[in-house]
Amino acid sequence: MQVQVKLFAFFRENRFIKEDRELPNGTTAGQVVDELDIDREEVGVLMLNSRHCKFDTVLQEGDIYAIFPVIGGG
Amino acid sequence: MADKIFRVNMTDLSTSIEDVPADWAGHGGRGLTSNIVAAEVPPSCHPLGPNNKLIFAPGLLSGTAASNSGRISAGAKSPLTGTIKESNSGGTSAQRLAKIGCKALIIEGQPKDDSWYSLLLTPEGVTISKEEELVGKGNFAVVETVEKRFSDKIGILSIGQGGEMLMTAANISVKDPDSHVRSLGRGGLGAVMGSKKIKFIALDAQDGKVAIADMDAFRAANKIFTKALVDHPVSQALGTYGSNVLVNIINEAGGLPTKNFSAGQFEGHEQISGETMHDIIVERGGKPTHGCHAGCVIKCSQIYNDLKGNYKTSGMEYESIWAMGADCTVDNLDQIAEMDHIMDDIGIDTIETAVAFGVAMEGGVLEFGDSEEMIRILTEEIAKGTALGRVIGNGAGSVGRTYGVTRVPVVKNQAIPAYDPRAIKGIGITYATSTQGADHTMGYTIATEILGVGGTADPLSKEGMVELSRGLQIATAAIDSTGMCLFIAFAALDDGTCLPALIDMLNARFGINLTAEDVTNLGMSILKTEHAFNTAAGFTNLDDRLPEFFATEPVAPHNAVWDFSGEEIDTFWNF
Repeated sequence: MQVQVKLFAFFRENRFIKEDRELPNGTTAGQVVDELDIDREEVGVLMLNSRHCKFDTVLQEGDIYAIFPVIGGG
Repeated sequence: MADKIFRVNMTDLSTSIEDVPADWAGHGGRGLTSNIVAAEVPPSCHPLGPNNKLIFAPGLLSGTAASNSGRISAGAKSPLTGTIKESNSGGTSAQRLAKIGCKALIIEGQPKDDSWYSLLLTPEGVTISKEEELVGKGNFAVVETVEKRFSDKIGILSIGQGGEMLMTAANISVKDPDSHVRSLGRGGLGAVMGSKKIKFIALDAQDGKVAIADMDAFRAANKIFTKALVDHPVSQALGTYGSNVLVNIINEAGGLPTKNFSAGQFEGHEQISGETMHDIIVERGGKPTHGCHAGCVIKCSQIYNDLKGNYKTSGMEYESIWAMGADCTVDNLDQIAEMDHIMDDIGIDTIETAVAFGVAMEGGVLEFGDSEEMIRILTEEIAKGTALGRVIGNGAGSVGRTYGVTRVPVVKNQAIPAYDPRAIKGIGITYATSTQGADHTMGYTIATEILGVGGTADPLSKEGMVELSRGLQIATAAIDSTGMCLFIAFAALDDGTCLPALIDMLNARFGINLTAEDVTNLGMSILKTEHAFNTAAGFTNLDDRLPEFFATEPVAPHNAVWDFSGEEIDTFWNF
């Protein structure tokens, strides 16, 4: 299945901003984080199609998946 | 030296130094300005008349070595909202005031003639002088000239043309350590200063120092506190990308108000994002990391250079960039930086003014995305006080009324900032119930709803949002009294050592024994004092509501509407 993966802040360094990735059916949000060699401890927010999700959320064909480090502002 | 109240009467041009009344002794920053306004300002007074008072107060820890303690509060009855107002800012003034021994500066009355004045504060007292040279000038000229008259160490609070012309978007500028300016931004306090005919206030601390009751305990607590701040990952991201790191995540969540709040995502988000801004700054030899006051360890500010590598502006916040950017559909950071610089010079709030531009675009005054026309209006209309300039310089509500626009994002006539309350519902409770009109900083539910700091909450659900906003508004009122930057809250929400260390510092500074419960009670008492002032000024629960369009116009991508009932909102005050 194809999923669009988006990275933010320093997660982009030596990786990418946005990429369409071919993933096996049943891939979870956490598995993509691991595959990108991102430390789960550094992950602040995961969003799937503009809604928050968790490491064990299973991705679906056509999903837009965003991975953010711990960030804040205001 | 015991801290004193410095009082200036602009009607008879007299000054006095008074002992601090027992009721005010435990207060600083917002707690103090709000208590003084509540005690001395008639709630029904005209905000620009002689009976309003303008109060400045450093926080309880300002002027000490406590990290991030350099925030100053300004208070008055707001000419924008008609409510009580506390606006706070970094810069060097809080530290100067504290070292002068000034717990609060109260400015009352109003000159009977058309003369302009300046104030000079030293540990000995206040001198009032007539001012002619700087009348009609912007803040950068004021800072440059006042530094030449005194020294570059002088603290400066000043107004630009916006404040002189009593525009309700006018702010008060606060000189920062690099002689640029920060802003006491919201609520039109620059107009109150203008109504007192004060162009600037110079703060000369000489060799004044802040007394600490127990220095060893203070140092030990500050070490723990500082470590909690420095170690928190949010602090680290703020130092790299600034608060503008939020553009992309709020856009992703569908809560980035776009094109005058008609959509929740902006096509040009990447061009105005913190990541892009960071790269531009580095490429042009600016500074991505910069503190707005000495002692800040988070350093969310930045120095942004223009295409030629020359200084353009600093301290661009997410909310300012959002307002000029997504809300007006401008996707060019250089244009945004130019406008930020101009608004700092004129002395007008970037949020209020840019949201007013968004409403003006809706009303057909100019096209969405036309940043060249925005720049022209800023310099040729607002700075010069033309009729159009005054309509926009009086804020989003003013523009909506003038041009018959119904989609006007204000609460209590103050512009709603950078988070759509339909897609991020908790912040809508803060906008509705804040004692000061729409203001995200009053109870920053975004931390929990979007950022996952201090727990999590579903931003599209109403569940628990009143309680979340209430808890944060109480905590914020207390933090705003300490002189601490609100960005300590991220560490405070996640790191159990942070708040106890802050309380230990307060105790060591004053030789007292505050508990965490005392601090919560302080926050509750401040909110109730502010609410009581508003009630006496004629506000009711029906003013704690969002504009109608939020309930009737679904916002993409979630097609969410604002669905809190009035009764649900009103439970906020059940404490």
